[in-house]
Amino acid sequence: MKLLAAVMLAWALLAPRFAAAALDAPTVNRLAAEDTDEKIQAIARIAESAEPQALAVLQALADDVLYVLADGRVAIFAGERMHDAATGVEITPVPESRDAIAINNRVRREINTAIAALKLTAPERAIRLASARELQNSAEPELLPLIKRALEKEADPEIRAILALTEASASLKSGDPAVRLAAVRTLAASDNPGVKLLLSTMLEKTGDGNFNEPDAKVRDEIRAALKEIDARLSKLESVGNLFYGLSLGSVLLLAALGLAITFGLMGIINMAHGELLMIGAYATYSVQQAFKAWLPAHVDWYLAAAVPSAFLAAAAIGMVLERSVIRWLYGRPLETLLATWGISLLLIQTVRTLYGAQNVEVANPGWMSGGIALAGGLVLPWNRIFIIVFAALVLALVWLMLNRTRLGLFVRAVTQNRAMADCLGVPTRRVDTLTFGVGSGIAGLGGVALSQIGNVGPELGQQYIVDSFMVVVLGGVGQLAGTIIAAIGLGEVNKFLEPYAGAVLAKIAVLVFIILFIQKRPQGLFALKGRSAEA
Amino acid sequence: MRRRKFLKALTLAASLSAIGLTVNAQAAETIKVGILHSLSGTMAISETTLKDTALMAIEEINANGGVLGKKLEPVVVDPASNWPLFAEKARQLITQDKVAAVFGCWTSVSRKSVLPVFKELNGLLFYPVQYEGEELEKNVFYTGAAPNQQAIPAVEYLMSKEGGGAKRFFLLGTDYVYPRTTNKILRAFLKSKGVAEKDIEEVYTPFGHSDYQTIVANIKKFAGGGKTAVISTINGDSNVPFYKELGNAGLKATEVPVVAFSVGEEELRGVDTKPLVGHLAAWNYFQSVKAKENDAFVKKWKEYAKKKKLPNADKAVTNDPMEATYVGIYMWKQAVEKAKSTDVDKVIAAMGGQTFKAPSGFTLTMDPTNHHLHKPVYIGEVKADGQFNIVWKTKGPVRAQPWSPFIAGNEGKQKL
Repeated sequence: MKLLAAVMLAWALLAPRFAAAALDAPTVNRLAAEDTDEKIQAIARIAESAEPQALAVLQALADDVLYVLADGRVAIFAGERMHDAATGVEITPVPESRDAIAINNRVRREINTAIAALKLTAPERAIRLASARELQNSAEPELLPLIKRALEKEADPEIRAILALTEASASLKSGDPAVRLAAVRTLAASDNPGVKLLLSTMLEKTGDGNFNEPDAKVRDEIRAALKEIDARLSKLESVGNLFYGLSLGSVLLLAALGLAITFGLMGIINMAHGELLMIGAYATYSVQQAFKAWLPAHVDWYLAAAVPSAFLAAAAIGMVLERSVIRWLYGRPLETLLATWGISLLLIQTVRTLYGAQNVEVANPGWMSGGIALAGGLVLPWNRIFIIVFAALVLALVWLMLNRTRLGLFVRAVTQNRAMADCLGVPTRRVDTLTFGVGSGIAGLGGVALSQIGNVGPELGQQYIVDSFMVVVLGGVGQLAGTIIAAIGLGEVNKFLEPYAGAVLAKIAVLVFIILFIQKRPQGLFALKGRSAEA
Repeated sequence: MRRRKFLKALTLAASLSAIGLTVNAQAAETIKVGILHSLSGTMAISETTLKDTALMAIEEINANGGVLGKKLEPVVVDPASNWPLFAEKARQLITQDKVAAVFGCWTSVSRKSVLPVFKELNGLLFYPVQYEGEELEKNVFYTGAAPNQQAIPAVEYLMSKEGGGAKRFFLLGTDYVYPRTTNKILRAFLKSKGVAEKDIEEVYTPFGHSDYQTIVANIKKFAGGGKTAVISTINGDSNVPFYKELGNAGLKATEVPVVAFSVGEEELRGVDTKPLVGHLAAWNYFQSVKAKENDAFVKKWKEYAKKKKLPNADKAVTNDPMEATYVGIYMWKQAVEKAKSTDVDKVIAAMGGQTFKAPSGFTLTMDPTNHHLHKPVYIGEVKADGQFNIVWKTKGPVRAQPWSPFIAGNEGKQKL
């Protein structure tokens, strides 16, 4: 059916326009057919008309806003108003009895191709680019005339390159070996994984023992091209792993940074650390809901407000905890451990009662969906890039706080020698509360980041508590630099192991490695030198 | 002073015994049923709604006169997603509360943990969730799907022209008994359909895994070798990061469809559904099923959620295990009425052949020989609003095969 659509399309684009104002109503009505084949035929017919209305109808079908009315007519019902699909005339009043036209993936594929073909000559560059990409995966010989015409008109080098590759893949089925040879040579520069499949099937033998590609010279060329593509793809794979490792590392870093302060600097074994992450994530959710309710137009920017809210919410709860429970248990690590563990259960159940046991929906803002498409199908998702940048920013903030502010000076003084700091007039008790508050607030920031990649539910913190302690202990207690290197290092090791060992074994291997490492070097990667180290 | 204390104690004792008396008096007129679902811990996300569904069904039955003229009295316990605690609570329900039947469990481990208790004490359990099969117990009625009522039809659909004609299969699951067994069955099934070993990839992740970058990159690479479909047995929570990663990596359902066996309306409630549109799920019931029984069921549930002020009641949805719970309770009621007794052995005998006009739009039958329901199979594509667009269904209910013929040594194990 793709074939028919393409032929008709090419014909429609070449032929002089008929002055028909509307689409053929019976054809449009066939879109409501139960049978998928009939639906696809109707799509082909509508696309071939190349009327402006055709695009509207196909888009409506793709967007699930096409309805069939009681009298068999098909109508577009977007928002409040309904229009006849064939003529574009508004239907008033909107009929009560209507059925949405459902489509499956097979139909959706056909629609996408048809829409892309219709949009290939659109004036906007972005639309043409997207259409060219879409057509790349359905390179049928029948599309050739259409692509050739688009190539003639196209001035943009990026779109031209994609179209040229598509043209080459479509020409692979040409009867002329010279054309095929040229096409293979062009395709050697392609990074589309689909091309690799296309080329390798040509090297396979058919049932009667002949190669799919009869010409030996072309076969040699294909082998060379495949080798070239493979080499490039494997290089890209390493780049991908590096990026995945960095992104996992920054997630670990964000989860552990707050703990690096509360446990690393202050020495409090805070089992409720995970719940502070969770509170940050729920604060993000609440801000998102508030934006949806009062500022629906700016909902894409809710994160800007969520970051300070999450910090404040987690910091406030952290300070309350410190004042009410933890400060009475300083110097008694076992009791702190038990008490904070109890608090973590308390917080989980409180959130469960307030928000329900189900996960809540935190949507990525529009600008964070999708990613940068690099060559070879490697995509660097925006939300991952955002988290890496965010982690770097938070880190910079913590460093500035510790090294450039008065509070930071006090924190360092108190952690290094509490008695001496006290003697010099540092209000150690207040510094403790504030430090714990800052550590908790940073955990809240981690929660904002985690809400963008995973689930937000009452149990969110439980997943990260072990990882957080692992990072801090491995990095060396009391060392910010150690925490960073441990987080990024664990991320990279995990991601480079995973392709060989699988996710389960990679995780186990990392754990075993850490246990062995801590046996050998109990102080972690970086040991703190000075009085507190001996204390 | 002392006398006053004594008096107080006396009154307290008196009033306590009075309460005890009234409880006893009431107990004579009610039939107790146990509800054994986790209300806290990891599984609370899925199981809490089943508890509420069971309570709704019981309230409805009581409003219509109860069973054998007696009201049902639900006994709700919380096994807290703790597998050994499931067994403990089951024992408590049967021996202390003397319940006539128990409705509960979700994960296969929890079911395996309570099985010995139900066998020992001759209790009655209704298990409402799709599972891996390979089990058949006299004391259990399975109202969820066996693999041939869910997994195998889904794979057949993926291989059909309509489903995209997949040639290669990426089996992705969480590392525990349900995904492992299901994938073992699916692997054998795919081989019987002529799919080569190199075209099947099996990958597992730990519980709660949230970083799917490498796996999605591998799926992409694997899909380079031909038309690919992903069969996901990922457990509830981890699905969100997985689908998010898929969306961000630009793998669309039109290119590489993912069919999931544990993702339903309830799970999609906490998810941004945009990146999921077009991906598939296979169940025996969807909220979007067009049937008047279903319209009534959905309406009832939404009203119940509002009345009881359940969290997020305005967005309440129904799903497959909820329907299975509802059907289970009604079938038990019918069996008790047929047996004219709540005696476990009599009820088990009466259960076989019970029929019920279910919300799924079909009349379901309880198989007398294998204690599983005959169920229809639906395949739906995720829509942007978190509901499913049904793209395929069986003509009628399918008989369960708890012992899959695709696992060696299962021949002749079909009956109790």
